[in-house]
Amino acid sequence: MFRRTLMTATAAMALAVAGLGAASAQETIRLGAAAPQSGPLAGGAAVTHWPAVRLWVQQTNAAGGLQLASGKALIELVEYDDQTNPQQAIQAAQRLATQDQVDFMVAPYSTGLNLAAAPIFAQLGYPQITGTAVTNQQPELAAQFPNMFFLLGRTGVMAEDTAKVLVDLREAGSIGNRVALVNVADAFGIEMAGISKAVLEGAGFEIVYQSSYPLGTQDLAPIIDGAKSAEADAFIAWSYPGDTFALTDQAIVQGFAPSVFFTAVATAFPAYAGRFGEQIEGVLGMGGVNADDPAFQAFSAAHTELAGQGPDFWASAATYATLEVLGQAIEAVGSADRAAVLAHLQDRANSYETILGPVDFNENNDNERYWTVGQWQNGVFRGVSARGRDGAVDVQLFDGWN
Amino acid sequence: MNAQEIGKVIPWALLLLAAAFVPVVFSPYWLSMATTMAMFVVLATSWALFSGPTHYISLATAAFFGVGTFVTGLGFQTLPFWMLPLIAAALGGILAALVGMVTLRLSGVYFVIFTLGLAELVRQLVTWVQNQTGQRGMYVLTSITERDIYWMLLGLAALVYLAGWLIGRSKLGFALRIIGNDETVARHVGIDTALAKVALFTIPGMAAAAVGAILAPRYIYIEPSTAFAPLLSFQVVIMALLGGTGRLWGPLAGVIPFTLLWEFITRQAPNQTLLLLGIVFLLIVYVLPGGFVGLWARIRRRFHQGGGA
Amino acid sequence: MFILITGLLLGGTYALIALGLNLQYGVARIMNLANGELLVAGGFAAFWAYTAAQVSPVAALVLVAPIAFAVNWLIYRIMLQPLVSRAKSRGALEVDSILATFGMSFALVGIMTALFGGGYFNYAYLAQPVDIFGSSYAQNRLVAFVLAALIGLGLWLWLSYTRAGLRLRALAVNPASARLVGIDTRAASAQAFALGGAITAVGGALISMFFTLDASVGILFTMKALIIVIMGGVGDIRGTIVAAMILGICETAVARLIDPGLTLAAAYVLFLGILLFRPQGLFGKKPT
Repeated sequence: MFRRTLMTATAAMALAVAGLGAASAQETIRLGAAAPQSGPLAGGAAVTHWPAVRLWVQQTNAAGGLQLASGKALIELVEYDDQTNPQQAIQAAQRLATQDQVDFMVAPYSTGLNLAAAPIFAQLGYPQITGTAVTNQQPELAAQFPNMFFLLGRTGVMAEDTAKVLVDLREAGSIGNRVALVNVADAFGIEMAGISKAVLEGAGFEIVYQSSYPLGTQDLAPIIDGAKSAEADAFIAWSYPGDTFALTDQAIVQGFAPSVFFTAVATAFPAYAGRFGEQIEGVLGMGGVNADDPAFQAFSAAHTELAGQGPDFWASAATYATLEVLGQAIEAVGSADRAAVLAHLQDRANSYETILGPVDFNENNDNERYWTVGQWQNGVFRGVSARGRDGAVDVQLFDGWN
Repeated sequence: MNAQEIGKVIPWALLLLAAAFVPVVFSPYWLSMATTMAMFVVLATSWALFSGPTHYISLATAAFFGVGTFVTGLGFQTLPFWMLPLIAAALGGILAALVGMVTLRLSGVYFVIFTLGLAELVRQLVTWVQNQTGQRGMYVLTSITERDIYWMLLGLAALVYLAGWLIGRSKLGFALRIIGNDETVARHVGIDTALAKVALFTIPGMAAAAVGAILAPRYIYIEPSTAFAPLLSFQVVIMALLGGTGRLWGPLAGVIPFTLLWEFITRQAPNQTLLLLGIVFLLIVYVLPGGFVGLWARIRRRFHQGGGA
Repeated sequence: MFILITGLLLGGTYALIALGLNLQYGVARIMNLANGELLVAGGFAAFWAYTAAQVSPVAALVLVAPIAFAVNWLIYRIMLQPLVSRAKSRGALEVDSILATFGMSFALVGIMTALFGGGYFNYAYLAQPVDIFGSSYAQNRLVAFVLAALIGLGLWLWLSYTRAGLRLRALAVNPASARLVGIDTRAASAQAFALGGAITAVGGALISMFFTLDASVGILFTMKALIIVIMGGVGDIRGTIVAAMILGICETAVARLIDPGLTLAAAYVLFLGILLFRPQGLFGKKPT
């Protein structure tokens, strides 16, 4: 009932935008999307995933659709809420493919949901280009699911680059040797902290305070107090949105200002700057973008117009880029022939132009170019460390909460 | 087993046989749904085996389920897969027996909250151990297909029904019915109520752990927050109560319409799924007191009255 | 000292989360699984008042409390009273109220997502430090603590020394006897439920000063509240407050002295331990 009306409305709007001039036998491509609209990850998906997906569909349709051999084809988006539940993610992928018979699917949101849905994508031959899965298992995953592509990055690389920022600062004589390392105790936090610890210790840093806290904890005064008492020069937190805010808040309250303050997921969210304003100048976080790139700025403006909020400075653009890649593969093939599009994606010789810059895939279906560390500088979260991407700016030293 | 009992068992056996052909006859979409149903049938039926006669509401399903997924997550590379559900069931049974021994003297709501706390406690401990050992997120990459999972769950469901049927015939079942009606009476006639309850509580523990072990390859990525998700415990309770716990088939009658309804709503109103689910849920509570078993009882009563008049 | 004060502040937060549920469950006999969603709704109201109209969360309580009272009164009258009337036993009511309020929590999450979107909500109000005994604490947490103490004290005085309070206490002890001594149990239950809801929403408004909320986060609060209520003893305000404080201090001590990763585990161990040795809760009376 709801969906029917919604879909007709979108389609009608799209047609009106496209101009009805050439609308004799207009082809449409059905694109399915299932991601959290409720449940624990709904907050993140509402910032990063949904606006980017809807924006791409809107912009593509406004431009008349995708150029196929037979003419232009509009995109029709079919959305489902997977309730942040792997069972529902599986069921939704299955439903999109076999009941709604969509031509293509947007990859789900988050590592866990992407992996849960991966067998369905693989069995039914749908390309799964992920913009929100961070893992270190690309080789194993690509072997098992040859239709799965990765745009966001590898956990190992993320941890290494974060450590490298510290090494560089230490070599420049800006910081000392003492690091406080904390993490949210779930798969992501544990994995990141594990790699981080090994890399940092390998680089001769001393971990003076290490702890984890349960998922969903927002009472983090003891952690900041612990890190402060340990007199750490650098504070690294592999955190999730709620606790990223809470850690920053507590650090400000307790006046804990080490030379490096790093929090992970949600540091790149516009809401982070919204909450803390100018106080966060110099805070480091996971991800980043080339904020000076006109392509990103145009994306940001359009995103703000559509969603009433800006994109995050990391995975929003990656999510959007996954659809750009898909769209370009479809146009290159010239039809919505899924097998051909998948074959095109699997051909490592092909590359794609996205708002992230050029994207191509290695033998593990991994686009080895990504942003790893960013920093709030003058109200913008700029990438300061990247693999294979231009535009990284220099790290500035964090000089306390203004 | 007398002739009347055989007559009762045969339709069920046929139903089971028919269910086994679902993956062959229907599309993968329906198989996915059937797998979800089979999972909840096992969980809700085994839950009702304990909670039906004792009136204890257990929210510990997620604890046992999570333990099961972790058994698979840790063991699938070193052990043959068929052993994992067995190990999980054994662990689940032991955990349930331990918990049962200390908690089953609590009554009513204290037991409810205790079991809820237990699931969270186990999850926190597992997470903490993972964190201490630097254990990474587990990737259960296997060649097990959804079809295999479905059949395994179906087999497990058959076992649960068999257990339920045997208990119903046994002295234990008799004892439990008395406990449910009046625990004091039960104690006076010489029934070891504590032992009976503990014995029964191990059944949902074993079943839920085995389900977790079987389903781990379907989730692929095992992390505590999804393996021990408290929502699962609530869903099981809701489905079992929707069906009704008085009969062995009650939970089945709850799971199937519930799963179909859930799917229907998700499909028709993707942006208002939760709101509509909530409303439908409330309607069910008001329109169907006592679940489908209650409805069935009322229909039969009316039919008999009509016949008599 | 840091541990004690941080623990007390956290305990204040927990008291705000759990006091309302104690009234709803202890007096009105509704195990309200939608408690957390109502708390988040209170938080959203405060967020909205602060960002749209620059009204401080504390001032917003003047509006939040009566509106929440009215909404919860209606919820009880329309949705829960039929269940209470038809329930043959306490157990039957428990089952029905679990089912109904679970459905309600879904519906509320759906409504909040539709109204506010699924994103994160927070704002900076009194997020400055205040120094006590040489350590810094957040002002907003201190304000929340003071208000929690006032609410707890006010509620206790009201329950202990007024006729209306006496009615509720009688109801909490035994609904059947309460009816015999001429108490309109329906009206009193509705009152208790609505008051509980109002307190929960006020708690949400205060907590939103320092918690990042989103539409789906309510279940976490519900679980915490259930545990505190049961730990303290159903139907006793003092128990809830003491339990909240013990939990707050215990969690903080574990976080600071042992390992923050074990805070929740410690809380559950404490809870399970209390339940085993005093199944009726710290202040509860043995069921007769």
